[in-house]
Amino acid sequence: MILAPMSVFLGLLGVGAFWWTLSHDQYEDPAGDAARILVDDPEDRPRLD
Amino acid sequence: MAVTHSLEAAPDLTAFLKRRPGQPPTLELLVKGARCAACLGKIERETAAVPGVAASRLNLTTGKLTVAFHGLSTANPGAVVATLEKLGYPAAPYDPGQAADALDREGRRLILCLAVAAFGAMNTMMFSVPLWAGLFGQELGPATRVVMQWWCALVATPCALYAGRPFFESAWRSLRAGRANMDVPISIGVLLTLAISFSETLLRGRDAYFDAAVSLLFLLLIGRWLDHQLRLRARSAAADLLALQGASAVVLSADGVEHRKPLAEVAVGDVMIVRPGERIPVDSLVESGSSELDNALLTGETTPVPLRPGQVCRAGALNLSGVVRLQALARSEDSAVAAIARLVEAGAQSKSKYVRLADQAAAIYVPVVHTAALLTFLGAWIIGLGPREALLRAVAVLIITCPCALGLAVPAVQISASARLFRRGVLVKSGAALERLAEVDHVVFDKTGVLTEGRPSLIDAPASTVALAAPLARASSHPLSKALAAEAGPGPRADEIVEHPGLGVEGVIGGRRARLGRAAFVGVQGRPSLETELWFGFAGDTKIRFRFSDRLRPDAAEAVAALKARGLTLEVLSGDAPFPVAMAAESVGIPAWSAGLTPAEKARAVAGLQGVGLRVLMVGDGLNDTAALAGAHAAMAPGTALDASQNAADLVFSGDQLGAVVEAIDVARQARRLAMQNFGFAALYNLIAAPAAMLGLVNPFLAALAMSGSSLVVTLNALRLRGRA
Repeated sequence: MILAPMSVFLGLLGVGAFWWTLSHDQYEDPAGDAARILVDDPEDRPRLD
Repeated sequence: MAVTHSLEAAPDLTAFLKRRPGQPPTLELLVKGARCAACLGKIERETAAVPGVAASRLNLTTGKLTVAFHGLSTANPGAVVATLEKLGYPAAPYDPGQAADALDREGRRLILCLAVAAFGAMNTMMFSVPLWAGLFGQELGPATRVVMQWWCALVATPCALYAGRPFFESAWRSLRAGRANMDVPISIGVLLTLAISFSETLLRGRDAYFDAAVSLLFLLLIGRWLDHQLRLRARSAAADLLALQGASAVVLSADGVEHRKPLAEVAVGDVMIVRPGERIPVDSLVESGSSELDNALLTGETTPVPLRPGQVCRAGALNLSGVVRLQALARSEDSAVAAIARLVEAGAQSKSKYVRLADQAAAIYVPVVHTAALLTFLGAWIIGLGPREALLRAVAVLIITCPCALGLAVPAVQISASARLFRRGVLVKSGAALERLAEVDHVVFDKTGVLTEGRPSLIDAPASTVALAAPLARASSHPLSKALAAEAGPGPRADEIVEHPGLGVEGVIGGRRARLGRAAFVGVQGRPSLETELWFGFAGDTKIRFRFSDRLRPDAAEAVAALKARGLTLEVLSGDAPFPVAMAAESVGIPAWSAGLTPAEKARAVAGLQGVGLRVLMVGDGLNDTAALAGAHAAMAPGTALDASQNAADLVFSGDQLGAVVEAIDVARQARRLAMQNFGFAALYNLIAAPAAMLGLVNPFLAALAMSGSSLVVTLNALRLRGRA
């Protein structure tokens, strides 16, 4: 009986997490974020806003 | 790889710095050619190493490089651009006045609504599937059923109310204007469904359609988001094209220092320097210097016009041979283009009256469905079924005839079509543009820049000769030298370069002195100086002649033949002199042509053609085409066109293939065919489903099945457009 509300709650967590990523501009540059893992630079550059 | 920074050679771009109070100045550049991780790393590392730069970050998806400087005094944006050019990535600054980085709020809102609708649909279904099982004889006690229904209500209602906001707001706006658009039945349907499901749950009934309400919103939001993405991508690509045009002018300040200013900031009376190869920025008076102007973009004329002190020259003309000093006579927005802009306005207004396919469908759909639902309600009541059952049947009619297939039909097809065209280098600005393009039956071509490449190209020159002259050609900004350099490709530059405006350029190649330019300058006696020639020679050696002409596009004749084969009638309207126009028209196979037309005459010609019922596609690139582009039924411009033309056009094609026009028409027609098929299917589906609902044959399971099934069929049909190679 608690499984049903539990699963709905987990779903809500998912939506909340999606909203959080959206508001932090995480989808602005998919190609760049993918490429950045291959860049060998020791200095990690911060994102400019 | 270390790159030395030559700060002296860098252009002054301080006007493009974005200054915000309390924050360091930033510069936004559009960088071309960055494709992979290596490019990303190289660009960020090297630009961050430029003195004065605090940080630099490249957005690989959009090509936008954001550079932050330590402070205004040490900021040297020109050095950043020079560094990028040295690395091999051409870069152009964004005008800080334009909202180049405007956050896509509408897209964000839509995708959040979509996410919530998706969550709602899936989690409601978790509780409604047991209910469906209960409809087919599975054991479902009444108590369990009520609990499941209440869970459905709890999950679905907030999700539907949140995700439905775009529709509710649009419907409300439309009703306030006295009209009913497609969103009105959607909103009514969703709200009514929720209401009746609540009442059914309270009355312990069977028909709780909570999942249908949320699923409907989910599917419709997909269509809406796709439509938005189509327009967004087109808008940002259009802005990028404008940034690459380099809309700036070199202005001389009072103390004689040259600054590069965005066009919009050039004031009346400003003194400007225009070098060979650059365009006249605003209407101006020549103070000193003499040169030749290429008015091709303004009038289509390819013969250069001499320019002397005291003459007035217009914005957009290309300065060919000499450095001139100009005094601005008008602001960028007040120049001679004002009259053309008015014509463009009128054309754009008539375009906005075009009723899109989906809206045409909605105009039929809305009254028919609402009447059907009302009739069902009244009819069922009259037969004696009781108000509750009658209402249930009426709502079932509203749900089952859901416009999700309609709402998805057109966006799905259009985004497939525009993705396919995008891969071929054609940018589609909006779905309406595709629809109008499909209806076209007469094509009007401009000559210069459309049928021809619009720039000089080398004729009959062996590669070895070109390679000899290339080091000097790369150093000059004269259009003919640039064409020679383009033919040769990248390579070394000559040393000790001295440019003699109006005559040529001289330098040292491999230890030998050489000259490139007019016949007399290079040392050829007794030859007239032609505009379409360049001479090259080493001191004391034989002289070589290079000839140039404005070539027809490589596939122009084929494209014309292909268009004729598709049943389109063709015409050439040009501002150039009759002889070149006749030559070009004959070479590509278009018998009907007119020459020497002014911008207003072109616009009138197009309006005349449309007045007799023809639907005209106008393909043009220059200022003299802008009004005609705006007035035609559909308009295409090449990527090399003037900004105003690109703004007025519906589609922009890059590259030198005229076949893009044929491809665009084919895809637009196919898209229309598929959209009609989708409408046909939706109509058929509704014709079967509505009577079924009226007869009370619909239960929640069937509703969900029908809704998803029809949307799936429509989307799969739309994907057929992508499949063809």
